[in-house]
Parts: sequence; C-alpha cells; structure tokens
Amino acid sequence: MAFNKPELGSLIPTNTAFDPAMVNKLMGKFGHGGFLDMEYVGHGEDWVELAIDWRADLVADPETGILASAAVISLMDNATSMSIWTKLGEFRPQVTMDLRLDYLRPSPAGARVYGRGICYHLTQTIGFVRGFAHNGDIDDPLAHASGTFIRVGDRVS
Amino acid sequence: MSEPLTIGLPPYALALDMEVVDRIDGTPVIGMPFADKVQGRPGFLHGGAISGLLEMAAIAAIHQALRDKGSDSGIKQVNVTIDFMRGGAPQMTYAIGEVIRLGRTMANVEARAWQDDRSKPIAIGTMHYLIRKPKVGGN
Repeated sequence: MAFNKPELGSLIPTNTAFDPAMVNKLMGKFGHGGFLDMEYVGHGEDWVELAIDWRADLVADPETGILASAAVISLMDNATSMSIWTKLGEFRPQVTMDLRLDYLRPSPAGARVYGRGICYHLTQTIGFVRGFAHNGDIDDPLAHASGTFIRVGDRVS
Repeated sequence: MSEPLTIGLPPYALALDMEVVDRIDGTPVIGMPFADKVQGRPGFLHGGAISGLLEMAAIAAIHQALRDKGSDSGIKQVNVTIDFMRGGAPQMTYAIGEVIRLGRTMANVEARAWQDDRSKPIAIGTMHYLIRKPKVGGN
C-alpha cells in the first residue's frame, strides 16, 4: 500500500517560525484531515482555529442531520495539536495521549464547525491543551475539549 | 435466536467504510479498514478516526443493551474521553463497546479498539450518555 502523504517533519522549514496556515495545507488536505477538508481560519500566540463544512456523509443521524461527534474530535485533535507548535514556534513530533470532549449541544445540519485549540502549558515532554468548537459565535460553543500530547523525540513516525 | 450481523450504521461510519464484522456475546464488533481517509501522520491512523470507531462501537453496544432490556429509549452523548495507547498501524482495526452501567437516566460505556491482539488495545474511550425516553406520540 502506498499513501503519498508528505512527511510533515521533512517539509516544514526548520529555520522559520511555525506557520499554522502553511502546515494546515498538509494536515488539512491529506489523509483524514483531507477527508474532512479542514480549513485554516486563524491563529494567535498560543491558539489555532480550523473549520470544517457540514456534509451529508459526516452525519450521525440522518433524520436530524446532526454532525457526527467524531468529526468534532478530529477537528479538535488537529487544532489543539497545531496550537502546541504555534506556541512553541516550531514543529515537534508528538502524539495525542488523551483527549476529552464535552458536548454542550449538537452541531446542527448545514452548519460550519469551527474548532479552536489552545495550548495553555508546555513542558519538555507534554503539551497541555484545551479548546472549544462553535458554529461561528464563540460565545455559543457546542463542545469543550481538553487533552495532552506527548513529544516523541525526533521520531516522526 | 441469532441477531443479524449488520445493523444500521450512520453515514459517518459508512463514509469511513466501517461495518459490523462480528458479535461477541451479542455485542457488535465494528471493523474499520485502513485507507488514506483515516490516516493521520504518515503510516498511522488519525486519532480522530480511531475516536470515531470507538464512538460507533459504544453507540452500537448501548443500543444492543437497550434492546436486550426491551427498551425503546434513545440516547444523547454527554462526553467522551479517549486514551491513546499505541499508534494505529496501517491495517484493519476493530472496536467493541461495553456498557458498564445502564441506568434509567444515564449510561456509562467503555469502548476498546485493537488490531491484531484484543488484549493490546490501541485506544480506549469512556463515554457518558443520557437515556432519553421516547416521546409519547400523538395526542
């Protein structure tokens, strides 16, 4: 089996600051991120916001059109992961150790979903993250997330 | 009386080619083949795709438990915590849910995902669901 996703570690420039918009062109356009078609929305010092559009094939319940919660998990996984590299100012190989989502309300049919990931603390080994998902109004979140990522040295895979 | 092997999986699960591949003590085992659309970092499953598989297994388990009780209640997910233990290799992945407790108002469910060896899970999800009585119809 050949899957032609570029190696993140080898493609990200090492001598410039981490650029979430550029990196999302890899993470959001190949593999699972590409399946969900994640788009870069914006970033700050310690946060990254991505978004996915509602699609009929991402639905959990065909009767209501409510988006599958797993699509929100994937969105928050990528957004929180990228918030670590943004805060750090560079890419580091890491894997998700755990991720929790609290679903405050469903994401309705047709609505675009935004996921903002925030890195609130970094150690040598662990990135502590939180975040929330919304449909365009950050004061009306649909889910809250929290989790940790662990650095895996120089191993990208 | 044997239960049908296939149950109605939601569009999200079908889009990722998940299917009920087996039953263990009546509880559905959901399988998800490896493909580019479930890949995260090169050569590994995306954590979100693993989470999706775990959620589908959890939901299938709780629907099965409700049916076994003769209940026609629905469910609403409150939260989920996923622990990732091992990287998901590029191969078939399986998951099964276990209803730890099924109460009148809520259920605690745990789902495990594995590849070659069921005793070596690649991820475990812990979920809470609200149990919703079906609306009394009509008048």
